[in-house]
Amino acid sequence: MTDATQLDPANEYKPPRNQWLDVWDQFKKHRGALIGAIVFLFIVLGVFLGPLIWAHDAQFVPPVVDMIKLRDTRPIYTVLWESGAKVSWAHPLGTDNLARDYLARMMAGGQVSITVGLAAMTLSLLLGTLIGVLAGYFKRLDGPLMRLTDLFLALPLLPLLLVAVLLFRELLAGALGPEGGVFVLIVSLVGITSWMQTARIVRGDVLALKEREFVIAARSMGTPSRRIVLRHILPNVLSPIMVSATLGIATAIITESALSFLGFGFPPDFPTWGRLLFDAVDRMTLYPERVIWPGLAISITVLSVNYIGDGLRDALDPRIRGR
Amino acid sequence: MLNYTIRRLIIAVPTLLFIALTIFLLLELAPGDPVANQPLTIPPEVRELMRKALGLGEPMHIRFWKWLVQFFWIEPQVFIDWLTTTSSLAPILPDTDFFIACGNNTAAECDPRILSWQFRSPVMDIVLQRIPQTLWVVGTAYLVAIVIAIPVGVYSAYRQYSWFDNAGTFVTMVGFSVPPFFSGVLVIVIFSVQLNWFPSIYDTMHEVNNWDSFMFQIKQMTMPVMVLALQITSQISRFMRASMLDNLNLDYVRTARAKGMTENVVILAHVLRNSMIPVVTVIALGIPQIFGGAIITEQVFKVNGIGEMLIRAIEANDIPTVQTLTFIFAVLIVIFNLVADILYGILDPRIRYD
Repeated sequence: MTDATQLDPANEYKPPRNQWLDVWDQFKKHRGALIGAIVFLFIVLGVFLGPLIWAHDAQFVPPVVDMIKLRDTRPIYTVLWESGAKVSWAHPLGTDNLARDYLARMMAGGQVSITVGLAAMTLSLLLGTLIGVLAGYFKRLDGPLMRLTDLFLALPLLPLLLVAVLLFRELLAGALGPEGGVFVLIVSLVGITSWMQTARIVRGDVLALKEREFVIAARSMGTPSRRIVLRHILPNVLSPIMVSATLGIATAIITESALSFLGFGFPPDFPTWGRLLFDAVDRMTLYPERVIWPGLAISITVLSVNYIGDGLRDALDPRIRGR
Repeated sequence: MLNYTIRRLIIAVPTLLFIALTIFLLLELAPGDPVANQPLTIPPEVRELMRKALGLGEPMHIRFWKWLVQFFWIEPQVFIDWLTTTSSLAPILPDTDFFIACGNNTAAECDPRILSWQFRSPVMDIVLQRIPQTLWVVGTAYLVAIVIAIPVGVYSAYRQYSWFDNAGTFVTMVGFSVPPFFSGVLVIVIFSVQLNWFPSIYDTMHEVNNWDSFMFQIKQMTMPVMVLALQITSQISRFMRASMLDNLNLDYVRTARAKGMTENVVILAHVLRNSMIPVVTVIALGIPQIFGGAIITEQVFKVNGIGEMLIRAIEANDIPTVQTLTFIFAVLIVIFNLVADILYGILDPRIRYD
């Protein structure tokens, strides 16, 4: 019996590792996810801290004479194949048709697109988790809430989003200003129309967890439902919620850009990546770079977020982790 | 199975009614007056008459009921009449005459149809004109996507973690992430502006009557089909790969190999057939989403299908058209959900719904 307490010096005692360190170790092994995380971090930093270094105003239109002289500058790399192109080091990505600096507009657009993505994702996660937990934990609410989820899944979302944006834009713009109104409208619409998958996954997990011994033990000690949910159930459904969070950012960014692209998004003088793309489409034969940069930004952001989601799914799955 | 189908069909009715009500209320409760952009010089009593002419004179619940009657009772009659008298099936079918058109000199008992405020003509007639374009482009894209996705998914799963699988996974991830409004514009810049291979605008008036015009049709369909197919392929091949991977390690595969069957028979006859079960339902579920997703692609390539019609109607504040089109999309979603569930039950004998 004493042998058991005597430790083998080669096999020395390691303190139990934090679960999140294990998750991080597994996440690091997924190369795509790691690159995705670095790229996403780089984009977020570039978009939010970049304006501190590149201190151009995205909305600044020079006085008329200067504007005519400076507008439609091509990006600096155009010189490589077209020696006569109008380029200037003052505007590395060129200027648009009102001589506004395109690099500054890309950064400003990215701020809005990413903020919309994060805010809409948070809203849809809150709604999805709330409905999923309520439906899974309280048997009486299960039927009605799941019918509601099915109904939402049967709605044609893009047409309804377009209609809702058009109908309520004026009203909210009057109350909160043109930019704030559209921001609130788009975030809430995207949030309200994308919670269903999260709710279904959370409900399934809660249904299984509810019958586990630790929950029964907690209930037998007289723990109120609210605390069982908050202390025992929610931490255990965190991993599916985190995975749907990453996918939610991707969906929200794409939906916002799609709305802006169809002309139902932010007002014209308020750049987002989708809006920049939409404004550039008419003259893409002359200035293809103005289409390609915002499009690339959207695609790379969404791609990196999707890879992060893929890696997180593997890292949070205890059956894969540690192998 | 029959019981289940009937039960699901009965449940579909309140679902559709609820969706119709949601769409109606959304359009109804929104601020904004349909005659607001008429000149201010119009006297108020004339304005009131205009509202009545648009069908806005009555209370909300009566208008909702009227719309339901028009959509579910009158429009099908028109459709049956069209099918038996003017369509290409007309010679086989007996002539019918259910629908009584409203005109200046008809009796009081006529059937009012859903009229578009933009064109003052029945919405369903316009939908019927627009559907062939959408079906040609979207349908072709869907078929192309299925034909590409299934072999790709099967082979990536069979050679898991090979270079083919890694490349395939990356391409599907890209296809997943690049939104159609960017991939569409990108292929226009590359193939239409730089290389000048394909036209960037889809010509819907084009008629195919000889080899040259057929080649032109192929050419103008290439880019929209490419963009849509990339998106659909990436979804389906991911499912195909995952489903194949689930099946490849099961006992029956080992048994089949132990019996001395060739690898082709094991993969194509045994594993593929079992893996197709979830994929078939995914394909069925994707069909209505394609109509929704095609809104953007139609906009990029200026295809005047139903997606483009919806955008125009929303911009013109044409509420009957928006309501009808959105509801048609909802009906498609509900129908294909049902189809997917029933297919699953038929294909997989392990599933018992009762």
